[in-house]
Amino acid sequence: MTVVPDSGSWPKISFEARMATVEFRVGARPHITVDGEICRSCTTRACVTACPANLFAPTASGGILFNYEECFECGTCYMVCNHEGAIRWTYPDGGTGVVFRRG
Amino acid sequence: MADRRPDRPDRTLRPHGARTRGSVAPAAATPAYAPVDVDVDVDVVVVGAGPAGSAAALALARAGRSVVLVERGPFPGAKNVYGGVVYGRVLDSVIPGWQDEVPVERWVVRRSTMVMTPSQSVSIDYRSEAWGAPPYNGMTTYRSRFDAWLAARAIDAGATLVPSTVATGLLRDTAGRVTGIRTDRPDGDLTARMVVACDGVNSFLAKEAGLLPPADARHHTLGVKEVLALPPEVINERFGVLSDQGVDIEMLGCTRGIPGGGFLYTNAETVSVGVVVSLPELAASKVRPEELVADVKRHPSIAPYLRGASLQEYSAHLIPEGGFDAMGPLATDGMLVAGDAASMTLAAGLWLEGVNFAIGSGLAAGRAAHQALAAGDTSARGLASYRTDLESQFVLADHQRLRRAPGLVLSERVQQRYPGLICDLADGLFTVTNPVPKPGLVRIARRSARRHGVSLADLARDTLRAARVFR
Repeated sequence: MTVVPDSGSWPKISFEARMATVEFRVGARPHITVDGEICRSCTTRACVTACPANLFAPTASGGILFNYEECFECGTCYMVCNHEGAIRWTYPDGGTGVVFRRG
Repeated sequence: MADRRPDRPDRTLRPHGARTRGSVAPAAATPAYAPVDVDVDVDVVVVGAGPAGSAAALALARAGRSVVLVERGPFPGAKNVYGGVVYGRVLDSVIPGWQDEVPVERWVVRRSTMVMTPSQSVSIDYRSEAWGAPPYNGMTTYRSRFDAWLAARAIDAGATLVPSTVATGLLRDTAGRVTGIRTDRPDGDLTARMVVACDGVNSFLAKEAGLLPPADARHHTLGVKEVLALPPEVINERFGVLSDQGVDIEMLGCTRGIPGGGFLYTNAETVSVGVVVSLPELAASKVRPEELVADVKRHPSIAPYLRGASLQEYSAHLIPEGGFDAMGPLATDGMLVAGDAASMTLAAGLWLEGVNFAIGSGLAAGRAAHQALAAGDTSARGLASYRTDLESQFVLADHQRLRRAPGLVLSERVQQRYPGLICDLADGLFTVTNPVPKPGLVRIARRSARRHGVSLADLARDTLRAARVFR
């Protein structure tokens, strides 16, 4: 990693590289499901920016695409969601999901 | 003993065909846990092997109770993140000499509170040599190690750890009394005479029992953290400490006006930096959380500490910061809640503590469950001694006394105006304006207050409020 000596700048790190520092034991079952139909009518879409793992992606057709594989299991998305039933949130199956080594 | 160490992920207990990816190689394939017959009837099921759950299991096992400690991660601590310092003195009475065996990164000898604007900062920096020697004050650690260590103490005392197992719901009798848990293992019902729910900030068990509201963003903050690798001697030089001495810096005014703050603390060979921000306000701001961490890392008062450090792990976790007023009932028939599941994190500005409150409440929950079982009354009434016990010690005494602190700390003036005002005040005091003569202190104060839209009446009101809140 090249480091810019000026204290103001940091080497740009891609989100993918950022997430690659985290261990995930991806389970077979998606533990969070998103009802794209409900999301279509949502104007706030708080989940899209608030999710620290950046797992919610708006689609061209006005829906929301969600990928459970690299989830921190933090709970931010269902807490900030103001549309009842849009996010069905459970823990991943035992032993799967995120493994923090330096939390 | 080696076969009971819970800090080793266990491949044989991965029931869902998980595959591993990531930067950390899986540990040796030795089974770390004995197989468990989950049909066996036990006195108490403790859910969650974080600090609250392991403390509860420890207290119960020491009292001679049969305890099963259920953990959804492959090992205790795998799902957990904290934001700075673990204060361990709460362990003095249960694990004498814990300081000699706890997996510590560094003992904190320097605690700094920094208020800042994008280009200025004012710090109150306290350093104590006493904090660097037994009995110590606070320590930094990794939760994967600390939580695993505490769980191992519960196992030593006789508790049975069942990792890689999610408690998916409560079992109840016809009268509604909690009689055990459902798990995601095959034939996964686990009955017990009592349940202690220490299943963390999202506690679905406490929610199912009606002890927590389903989703209350207002009382939660999001913590986002980066662990950055630096050689230990570089850490020592930059932070001005010796080998096992550590530094904890708490920041106010670095979160783009989103209520919250930043933190930076030293581990042995890494530093941890991050922010903690109000969940609804973060959502409303449309700022991505990792950008707030980037702001802190870029800040001219912080960047020199971190130069050249490389990202080792990125993490995030919710924190229940509602304090005393957001706490629900702590008991229902057959069940107690402790730790984050009971909103026990103390976020009172000057004091930011969680792990010690989790341990304190877990120990008390274990004691109360044991007494209730001995008395043959595990109804909410029979478990009432739990709350009285917590009120008689720091756990609820601190929360009750500081119940108004979260509101003050996250208020608009404290978050958005005072950091700039304080920095301007320092600037007015210490910028030498020769040949113009120095302005008087009162004039500088007035000018700073005016510049930041704070009236003298506001100042007086907030001073009085702070005096009441922190009395």
